[in-house]
Amino acid sequence: MKWRISEHQPGRRRFMRLLGRAIVFAGAALVSVGLMGRRGLAAAIPPLSETGYDWTKHRWGFGVDATRCIGCLRCVEACKIENGVAQDASHFRTWVERYVYLKGERKPLVDSQHDPGNIAASGSEKTYRFDNRYLDANIDKAFFVPKLCNQCEHPPCVQVCPVGATFRTPDGVVLIDHDYCIGCQYCVQACPYGVRLFNHEFGVTDKCTWCYHRIVRGLQPACVVACPVDARIFGDQNDPQSPISKFIRENRTRVLKPEMGTSPNVFYVGLDKEVM
Amino acid sequence: MEALFQATPFTGYVFPNETDIPWSLMIVIYPYITGLVAGAFTVATFYHVFGVTRFKPVARFALLTSLSFMIFVPVPLLLHLGHPERALNVMLTPHLTSAFAAFGFFAAFYVILVTLEIWFSYREDIVAWAQEGKGLRGRFYRALTLGSYEISATTRSYDAKWIKALAIVGIAGAHGLHGYVGFVFGSLKSREWWGSDLMPAIFLVSAIVSGISILIVLYLLISRFRQTPIDKTCLKGLAYMLWGFLIFAMVLEFLEFANIVYKGREGVETIMALVAGPIWFSVWVLQVGGSVAAFIILTYVIWRGTQDRQLIIGVLVSAVLMLIAVLAMRWNVVIGGQELSKTMHGLLYFYPPVLGREGLLATIIVFALPFGMLWVLTKLLPPWLPDPRHA
Repeated sequence: MKWRISEHQPGRRRFMRLLGRAIVFAGAALVSVGLMGRRGLAAAIPPLSETGYDWTKHRWGFGVDATRCIGCLRCVEACKIENGVAQDASHFRTWVERYVYLKGERKPLVDSQHDPGNIAASGSEKTYRFDNRYLDANIDKAFFVPKLCNQCEHPPCVQVCPVGATFRTPDGVVLIDHDYCIGCQYCVQACPYGVRLFNHEFGVTDKCTWCYHRIVRGLQPACVVACPVDARIFGDQNDPQSPISKFIRENRTRVLKPEMGTSPNVFYVGLDKEVM
Repeated sequence: MEALFQATPFTGYVFPNETDIPWSLMIVIYPYITGLVAGAFTVATFYHVFGVTRFKPVARFALLTSLSFMIFVPVPLLLHLGHPERALNVMLTPHLTSAFAAFGFFAAFYVILVTLEIWFSYREDIVAWAQEGKGLRGRFYRALTLGSYEISATTRSYDAKWIKALAIVGIAGAHGLHGYVGFVFGSLKSREWWGSDLMPAIFLVSAIVSGISILIVLYLLISRFRQTPIDKTCLKGLAYMLWGFLIFAMVLEFLEFANIVYKGREGVETIMALVAGPIWFSVWVLQVGGSVAAFIILTYVIWRGTQDRQLIIGVLVSAVLMLIAVLAMRWNVVIGGQELSKTMHGLLYFYPPVLGREGLLATIIVFALPFGMLWVLTKLLPPWLPDPRHA
């Protein structure tokens, strides 16, 4: 199955865009073939069988430094493009929450990309930004918290799947076999973090995979690459020199909802007690 | 893409993906229908196993009702699935840690069991119909005899033994099936409104209440259409049974809610906002109000020893109230649980669509199908005892 979601665009504009892409692609192909001979694009994205990837040799981990996040949402947009996630405000593999404590208030105000104010500010559900609602407010404390799949050691979503279509790989990522999923959404219910989503076009559930197709080829997840402030840290926990091992070693980290007994693998720095 | 789902409005903070509500009307109607199956079967077992002879007039009808609803239990599930054509994978490659993996086996086992139970309890009639029937009808009953026309003291005691044995297994089967539906919800730690140890018991007892209620309503309606006298002893028995299980259900539901409030864990204020907000009408008016009203009416009927017309009206009204109350309870659990955000800091407001695969119209049609099936079954296998006026 082709795993991409195409936007519906008006015929002529779509044709022009496709034509444009074709010209650019053809040009790029000519140039790269000319520059690199036989290697070209194929070398940049080798097929998995040729990488010699051994999933028993890795244990992937993810870190989030909430103190660094600026809420620019480049990660959200990168993720949507990289993984073909529905271009709307109800389906996210990763999203960013904004926590704001106004002066004198003990509870934070929280909003994210599905907030009507933020949708209005970005102009559509296909682009993402935080609005300026707090421009004139008297703020005590404010911060952003990026969210994504925690790839739990004990994933409740895997536990409840009636057909075993979702599973945890030996290198520690929870994946879905989209050709086997029956689309019952029991896993969506079971996830305490709300990271699972339903793909209405293909009738199956979907989730963040830490860009599994990229990491097994030695690349970083799209959101990590897109982050301009290094708020997202990714690496192999088996390698003591990897960014994630250093991040966990050098910081006091915590995980989300530890009381659920899920043993998450996304480690946070800079969370406040109200973060859910 | 727009028409594929409806973004659900919310207050407070909910996770973005939660605005696409995963389980809607079909999953409300699914435990409701399963509950009617279990409840109707319970009435039959009171006669077949516990020897409550006053239920004899409705015992076979109860079995037919149970089977009619059971046959359609998978329909709402199939309509809900994103890939219904892969549904059999649940039975071919069950993932045993899933609370849902055993559903297919449970359901298939139960359908076979009830079919056998019905066959044994009709065997004598089937033989009689096969001998007197002509044409297609006669051929149908002759096929149903499975080639055995013998009716004697030996076969009667053999049939009775099987009926009892199957009913005993059926008690475990029907109640297991529905308790298990409660477990599907109660075992989820991700949702505060569902993850309760009492959930399977509440589902089960309310199922029995709804099953008795639907039998009362159907029995009274059919008696009116057939212009046959209503067996008052039987009706009173059903009223007693409804009253007893209703008290049990109300106590359990109260304990459940009292536990949540008294423990007052993090986010309890959002739960209070839930029952005061999106589901206030279905909780306080339909579920609690209906149950209390039915309880008062039934208590009055039983206490005063009401007879005749008043008895019939009182029991009928209580049964209808309870059918609505239990449906409301399913809504409150299934929809209410999803309207309470996993953040425990926000609420969603779900409005069911009218059209579509999981819309209001489809749900009404799915719920009407078992009644059609029941009508066909009562034509093929008349469950009623001979009218005493003509006997």
